Amino acid sequence: MGKITLKFNDKEVQGESGMTVLEVARSGGLYIPTLCAEPDLKPYGGCRLCLVEIEKMRGLLTACTTPARDGMIVKLDTPYVQRIRRQVVELIVSDHPSDCLMCPRDPHCPRFNVCLRDDVVSPRCVVCPRNGTCELQQIVEFVGLKEMRYRLAHRETDLDTSNHFFYRDHDKCILCTRCVRVCEEVQGVAAIDLGYRGRHARIVTALDGPLAGSNCESCGQCMARCPVGAIVVKNYRGEPQREVKTVCPYCGVGCSLYLQIKDEKIIGVRGDRAGAANRGSLCVKGQFGHEFVNHADRLTTPLIKKNGEFVEADWHEAIELVATKLVENRGKFAGLSSAKCTNEENYLFQKFARGVMGTNNVDHCART
Amino acid sequence: MTNPIGDLEEAGCLFVIGSNTTEAHPVAAIRIKRAVKERGAKLIVANPKRITLAKLADVWLRQRPGTDVALLNGLAKIILDEGLADEEFIKERTEDFDAWKASLAEFTPENVSRITGVPVADLYRAARLYAQPKHNGSSIVYAMGITQHHTGTDNVFAVANLAMVTGNIGKTGAGVNPLRGQNNVQGACDMGCLPDVFTGYQKVNNAEAGAKFQQAWGVELPETPGLTMPEMIGAAHAGQIRAMYIMGENPVLSEPDANHVVNTLKQLDFLVVQDIFLTETARLANVVLPGVSFAEKDGTFTNTERRVQLVRKALEPIGDSMPDWQIICALARAISRKLGLAAQQFEFASPAAIMDELARLTPSYGGISHARLEEVDSLQWPCPDASHPGTPILHVGKFSRGLGKFTPLKFKSPAEMPDEVYPLVLTTGRKLYHYHTGTMTRRVAGLESLAPEERVEINPVDAEELDVCSGDFVKIASRRGEVTARAAVTDRTPIGVVFMTFHYAESAANILTNTALDPMSKMPEVKVCAVRVERIAGTLAGASAGGSRIGLS
Ligand code: SF4
Ligand code: SF4
Ligand code: SF4
Ligand code: SF4
Repeated sequence: MGKITLKFNDKEVQGESGMTVLEVARSGGLYIPTLCAEPDLKPYGGCRLCLVEIEKMRGLLTACTTPARDGMIVKLDTPYVQRIRRQVVELIVSDHPSDCLMCPRDPHCPRFNVCLRDDVVSPRCVVCPRNGTCELQQIVEFVGLKEMRYRLAHRETDLDTSNHFFYRDHDKCILCTRCVRVCEEVQGVAAIDLGYRGRHARIVTALDGPLAGSNCESCGQCMARCPVGAIVVKNYRGEPQREVKTVCPYCGVGCSLYLQIKDEKIIGVRGDRAGAANRGSLCVKGQFGHEFVNHADRLTTPLIKKNGEFVEADWHEAIELVATKLVENRGKFAGLSSAKCTNEENYLFQKFARGVMGTNNVDHCART
Repeated sequence: MTNPIGDLEEAGCLFVIGSNTTEAHPVAAIRIKRAVKERGAKLIVANPKRITLAKLADVWLRQRPGTDVALLNGLAKIILDEGLADEEFIKERTEDFDAWKASLAEFTPENVSRITGVPVADLYRAARLYAQPKHNGSSIVYAMGITQHHTGTDNVFAVANLAMVTGNIGKTGAGVNPLRGQNNVQGACDMGCLPDVFTGYQKVNNAEAGAKFQQAWGVELPETPGLTMPEMIGAAHAGQIRAMYIMGENPVLSEPDANHVVNTLKQLDFLVVQDIFLTETARLANVVLPGVSFAEKDGTFTNTERRVQLVRKALEPIGDSMPDWQIICALARAISRKLGLAAQQFEFASPAAIMDELARLTPSYGGISHARLEEVDSLQWPCPDASHPGTPILHVGKFSRGLGKFTPLKFKSPAEMPDEVYPLVLTTGRKLYHYHTGTMTRRVAGLESLAPEERVEINPVDAEELDVCSGDFVKIASRRGEVTARAAVTDRTPIGVVFMTFHYAESAANILTNTALDPMSKMPEVKVCAVRVERIAGTLAGASAGGSRIGLS
């Protein structure tokens, strides 16, 4: 692949041939606003926010779909670009629950505030789980949209709450189709698509029924990609206080993921885009299967069976009892280690069986 | 796997056999789907069930359960007869080719078709596609559908033979790629939790390896290989094993002939189980030790592509529970003191220190440490030293044993064939929404509501004969026991075969399955056993498929 050099405003950036103008700009650390582009999805050119002017080319071009060529001179923020881009945002917002977006009091309103400027509690940022992490909010701020010139009635469609883990709120959908593309291109499921036209356009399943009746596999990757509050986890518990990178506890693929922690509980999971095995993808178990960790059935103390009943014991008593019994049975002992435990634990287990119990009777359920 | 998961996308042809990848290894299935849809790879699926991938396949071979050796040998024979073999690879890199070739004589397409039930034309199409990938190479992907047979080792050899005869080893987009079931099965094997090897598959009866570990651990070590899991159950039944320590496994649900397992464990003088829940197995224990989940400890897992990755502690242990490594250490120290052994062998400041010790003793993990994994994220073994980048693709240019060996194989029928009393074949597998014996996933409300109960899949033809509709309760009986579950009538499952998972304690398929072992791997044949199905009372009013024979597919 050949190296190419493009000039953005006054900055030269090197890229590889085959990249798009947007990719070269981003590789050089330049910001071009986008809502539909995702690095691992095919360019879509749908949100029309990444408009640029390129010397010797006519009109405005979407950077995400324009192949980069050596020597291109790209203008990122000419007055023309800025004016049209602002109109694009205005259009997106025109049928969005935008009360807070344009409201001058917005910075003063805390989360889940009851608005005093409105007589009905309508959908809006303060009552939206994505408030503060919403990409549309960031774009509105970036283009500096302060007032609306037109406002279409917003769509007021029903929520689709049929999925067990997340719901869809079509009113907040900006039709970027990231969810559609990740479902088809990455997960290979193709449960959803863009349906209907114009004002009635929305994301639908094959027969426009609820998601739960479709071929959706509940992997939640659409939710993970949605830039706004249109696909939201049920039982939303706020933003994580910290994230810990680890590995999925289920199958042998070993997907890399981040556990999202709040108040010492796992409140969510985020696929690791840098994960070599999964490149960000997860299946339903990895994405939503963490509830067992904090389940009430967890064993919290050693148990010793006395007269057929388990009684709680302390560690000292339990270890002493096990030690005594195993010493008595040395020579008649076998150990089963675990394909769910770590390498370090498995190493110790066989070291214990061989070195302490003096036997090679050690195995695990590898065969199931 | 000889090749990385990501490498599946590079294959020009994928041959998926004995793996329902979209259910059991969903994110690996993503790579397969992408290879086909985005990169134009050809897909061959061999599975008695019409799995999701079969819909995407260029050829779907619906072989009878337990006839994989015949199928694979048949494909190899066609490849040889049509002159599609990789002569150069065979000459340079393999041995015993002629003997193997001669052994294929009886596997003519017609014979193979009779044994497997696959049409001759499909055998030709599959062989040609596999031998002539569109780009890079052809990759074989398999899972427990290949290994869980009394001929499991033969099946694996047959897969390797096919890959070698076409030179599909040691290059991008090719290879022999087993998908391991549980997150750290690969690691548990690598770490020597097997009766005949120390870490890194160093034989316990090899004097040099024995001496190395004796010196490192400061104790005498036994040289004779020990018992495998199924043999342990047998020995316990016979009274030779009197005490067991089971950590984080639930053999009562996962092992074949579950009733026998339960009775045997009950007979022990002493059973200690370490787990995070009171599993079916833990209930039988004398002492239960509370370990912690993956989220409460540090360590590493090794995935199916030999990739070692860090597991990081995100939460404090719940209640009085303790990380499993600390429990093993506490117990080992207590026993060491009683026996007068050196207790400091089990003093570790952290899992990182344990990794340092095992890396010193394990050539393939020699260059792996937690500090290094923090830096590079993951390493694929073999990684012999700290400057080695890891090994994504195995056997490049040379097999680890030198020359690749062709193994002649005979076809053997499954150990238990259907007969008058037990006329159907039961085969077992997994569902997307649950994992293994359900200990974890059945405690996730959303997953449980998506798949709340076992659904025995029965072909419409058999259902008609048995007068069973979707939603009916049926009793499934084998020579070893019986279970009840609700039926799902679907032609995904072929005529003469019924399908169950092993996720549900209340309909535990392993009460039925056969313990016939593969003589080499000691793998029980849980994929094939003979059963009888009958409808029983308790049909639910307005059963979900409205009483129709076909539905729920
Ligand atoms: S999606 Fe974004 S802009 Fe819309 S209501 Fe939610 S936070 Fe506000
Ligand atoms: S949950 Fe997964 S399968 Fe379902 S629509 Fe979203 S991306 Fe597609
Ligand atoms: S639901 Fe979200 S991701 Fe999907 S099209 Fe709408 S805004 Fe985009
Ligand atoms: S997320 Fe799914 S595919 Fe990935 S490791 Fe977990 S169970 Fe396996």
